This record gives sequence, structure tokens and C-alpha cells, in this order.
Amino acid sequence: MSSIIEKILGKDRHSANLAKERLKLVLIHDRTDLTPTALDALKDELIDVISRYVEIDPKAVRIGMEHDGREQRLIADIPLRPTARKRTR
Amino acid sequence: MTAKVVTVTSGKGGVGKTTATANLAAALAAEGSKVVCIDADIGLRNLDVVLGLENRIVYDIVDVVEGRCRLRQAMIRDKRLPELYLIPAAQTRDKSAISPSDMIRLCDDLRSEYDWIMIDSPAGIERGFRNAIAPADVVIVVTNPEVSAVRDADRIIGLIEAEEKGPARLIVNRLRPDMIRRGDMLAIEDILELLAVDLIGVIPEDEMVVMSTNRGVPVSIDGKSRAGQAFRNISRRLKGEEVPFINLEEQGGLLGRLSRLIRPGGN
Repeated sequence: MSSIIEKILGKDRHSANLAKERLKLVLIHDRTDLTPTALDALKDELIDVISRYVEIDPKAVRIGMEHDGREQRLIADIPLRPTARKRTR
Repeated sequence: MTAKVVTVTSGKGGVGKTTATANLAAALAAEGSKVVCIDADIGLRNLDVVLGLENRIVYDIVDVVEGRCRLRQAMIRDKRLPELYLIPAAQTRDKSAISPSDMIRLCDDLRSEYDWIMIDSPAGIERGFRNAIAPADVVIVVTNPEVSAVRDADRIIGLIEAEEKGPARLIVNRLRPDMIRRGDMLAIEDILELLAVDLIGVIPEDEMVVMSTNRGVPVSIDGKSRAGQAFRNISRRLKGEEVPFINLEEQGGLLGRLSRLIRPGGN
């Protein structure tokens, strides 16, 4: 309903939202000097190292940047493979 | 009397640093403070023309630093506001003609006799910017509600923090409430969320700024313009007064209000 009215009013494309989303991404990289390519390489190496100690699913690993105020944080989410399955094997 | 040193900077050029410096200095002087403005943009001086003092320059800041004149000889007194002075930049030299320690020494010489020292920084992140923030007690970052200006503001805020001159305070200049209302300009809350700094003021786009610059009379002491009022509010906030922010976005007509109702999460 509201989207129809917004279309009539020409509000279906808010360029300000686009600006905000683009800036969010640009600022993360400006602040950390970490390019998307470097972040991918970091992820691959991290998976290598962790796999030597525990069993993980490489495809489920998520790594990204978060910010709290002007503080940047690297967040890695690495789910472990269930150990129960290993025991039944 | 111990002057507070306020540096106005931005990263990106053309966002309104010189206009903000001139207007804040004039507003503070009009309220009775003793104010010295320093143009730190050596090679590209402009604070003199914005203040309407360009015809009275004899010596400049490089003459002071290199010992060709005394500090007081380079200070131009504004005849309209007798407690407002300008130390102009040199026009035929470059940023390397002075150093951060020169700026600190110069400000220390002035501190005991004035209330405010307002420094207009050049654009960029190099020597000129470092000269301008070296003596600062307060750093004001000016930005516009657009992608390139916000990005550069973020960079400069990071550098200010690295130099331990933070937290920077933000002026959003040239805001167009009509464009924000239709979702085509970054809103103040968006900019503050992205940059994570404190706001000290918002200046609406106002053709009176161009007209007053044409005349060489800062808009903050000339008439009843909205931009002038916004600059006067910032000068009071600098003095520590609590001045509520004017809600520029709340002046929409029926359509503006209607579109806000039907657009959840809008402005």
C-alpha cells in the first residue's frame, strides 16, 4: 500500500539511502586499509590455521567488519562441525 | 583572559570552512568577545575577502614568522566590529613557509589578550592542515550532506583523533531540508551515525551567504537570514551555552507531513 503511494509521489528510489549504504562500505575500508581481496586472503588463512586444530565447515565461516562508534572490529563467526557425528562414525 | 583556539577544517575543499570561520568569529565579536582570526591557507588566502578586509593587508603571517614585522603589525582590525582582528595568510608562498611549532608559538603570544583565536585551515591532510590543528583546543569539522564531503570528513576526523586533538565537533553546511524530505539528501542523523561525532550546528543552504560574501559582510552580523541565525547559535554553543537545534526538517507542508506518515523509518 505505502509503496504504491510512494511510487505515485516518486519516492520509490531514495538516493539518500543509496548514499548512506555506499558510504558505510567506503568508510569501513578507508578506516582499516583492508581491501575486500585482503579480507578474503585473511579468511582463507584463518580457515587453514583453525582446521589444523578443530573440524570446521569452511563454507560456513563468516568474517566481516563491524563498527561501534569510531571503533572498528573484525568479527569472525566460525561454526564447529558437531563432534557427536564423529563419535558415531 | 586565556583565549580558546578553535580550528575549522574539513578535508575536502569548498564545503564552507572559510565562511564558517568568518561567521563564527564575527558572531563571537558581535557578542562582545575579543577575537583573532588566522588564515592558515597560505598560497590560497580567502578569509580576508570573506571578511571584507582585503584592501587593508600590509603584512601577513609569513612576515611575522620570518621576522619582517611584529605580530601586532600584521593584525588587521575590523572597523565594524572593533574586537575582531585578522592575521592574513601570505599569497605568494606555500604551506612549508610555516611549521606547526610556529603556529603554536604565535597562538601562545595571543592567548593572554584575547578570548578566541579562530584558525581557518586549508583543505587537504598535509602540512597546511597540520599547521592549522597544532595549536587547537577545539577542532570543528565542516561537511556537506553529500558522499564525497562526508567521506573526507571521516578521514580528517580520524587524523584529528590520531593527533589527540579530538573529539572533533561537526558542522553540516548547505543543508536542503526540501531534498531531505523527499529522500534525496543525507539527513543529519545519517551523517552522525556514519561519522560518530558530536554535532555543533547545521547551516541551511541560504543565498544570503553568497550575497553577504559578495559584500564582504559576514551573514552572521548582517540581518535576519537563517544561515546567520544558525552561525550565531553555533557561536553560543562554543561558549558552552545550551542552544536547541532548529528542526529544519519539520517545516514541510501538508505533502511533507503526509509522506513522512506513509514512509516508516523516514525523516
